Amino acid sequence: MSEETTRHLVTLVVNGVVREAAVPARRLLSDFLRHDLGLTGTHVGCEHGVCGACTVLLDGEPVRSCLTFAVTVDGHEITTVEGLARDGEPSPVQRAFTECHGLQCGFCTPGFLCTVTAFLRDNPAPTEEEALEAVSGNLCRCTGYQNIIKAVHRAAEIQAETQVRPGDREGRA
Amino acid sequence: MKPPPFEYHAPVSVDEALAALAETGPHGKVLAGGQSLIPLLNMRLAAPSHLVDINRVGELNTIAARPGGVRVGALARHAAVERSAEAAAVLPLLRQALALVAHPVIRNRGTVVGSLVHADPSAEMPAVLALLGGSVRLARLGGEREVAAADFFTGPMESAVEPGELAVSAFFPAPPPRSGTAFQEVARRHGDYAVAGMAALVTLDEDLRIAAARVACVSVGPAPVVIDLSDACDRRPAASVPWDAVAAAVRDRIDPDGDIHATAEYRRHLTGVLAVRALKDAARNAGTEAADE
Repeated sequence: MSEETTRHLVTLVVNGVVREAAVPARRLLSDFLRHDLGLTGTHVGCEHGVCGACTVLLDGEPVRSCLTFAVTVDGHEITTVEGLARDGEPSPVQRAFTECHGLQCGFCTPGFLCTVTAFLRDNPAPTEEEALEAVSGNLCRCTGYQNIIKAVHRAAEIQAETQVRPGDREGRA
Repeated sequence: MKPPPFEYHAPVSVDEALAALAETGPHGKVLAGGQSLIPLLNMRLAAPSHLVDINRVGELNTIAARPGGVRVGALARHAAVERSAEAAAVLPLLRQALALVAHPVIRNRGTVVGSLVHADPSAEMPAVLALLGGSVRLARLGGEREVAAADFFTGPMESAVEPGELAVSAFFPAPPPRSGTAFQEVARRHGDYAVAGMAALVTLDEDLRIAAARVACVSVGPAPVVIDLSDACDRRPAASVPWDAVAAAVRDRIDPDGDIHATAEYRRHLTGVLAVRALKDAARNAGTEAADE
């Protein structure tokens, strides 16, 4: 059938690098990242939008890559878990998950890291309730979530410590 | 868990989208946010041979808030409508209900109009449209029509959209002055579809008595069930409304089914309880609104 053989050239900026591949229209963004680009950091759990393991950032906003066709987001920017570290150093969110034991098997972790990264960018000092709401769409079968919530708050602290603007310092003096 | 193959159409204007839908007729399906459609494809519960992807149709990405109501374009994401201060000022119910639609990450992608067309009887947005007596604008090549909410939801997961038509926008009318709204629901897990729930609208008279009260219930019928409770509220102030009678009136008017999530009897009970909570919230909000006048 023609729809099986028709391939679409999809070009994305993934973690700051232009990547492209010719894929059928039915290729999910999750599979595009993993199979076509070899970026296996994005994990695939339920493939119907429930578990959140496949969450990536699309133009900075977290989305389910298993509920997005690669061809739909042609030309857009994607950040995956591979793109969170800076200069080989774990990001504040990654550091916090390590410090707080916010993971055990690690399968769900890429989705949590992407979700929390975007959340703390928009809300740098969340309340307990806001932190719970932020990760409510991500499932973890190991940790019992308590350490993940701790990690969200710890990441906010690390972020605040490492991103003190000159104006803030003067304000406190 | 992979979608079946389909022919892909990527229009960049409404006219192109309508041409693609006219050409593909009953075999064509519109893809907007995809947060309901793509799970159905992944699970092979749907297998349209053509998908018309409207994500590049920028002219549909609109939220127009006027004193009379809010018109939401087909590409406006849940998150954008939820964040819109203008929309919330005209119609606080939009934000009250959107906060309960799935999870924040799903709302980044899903669209309000897509939720309406998907017509899940457990979903929040159809109940909101039904409660307010809103409408959906359907365009086809060479014409368009505005379908009232009462005629739009024709059954579970079924709407009045015909092959070849595109739902281009939905209109949510603002309620009269001295009105308040609320949304209450109970779900097994945060972000799940509700076991029971409803949108509520209360309008007070000049003496702050309840002049009109209405709810639109989810998960208790094939489509949102709108119930007028003005008589049951007996034109009294909220503090002296016979709320037990109101709950009984709600229970009498619904015919829920049981499933693995809840028995029919539990759903009926819960709907009565939630109706009273939602109406009390709405009456309180109406009081605040009246005080601001």
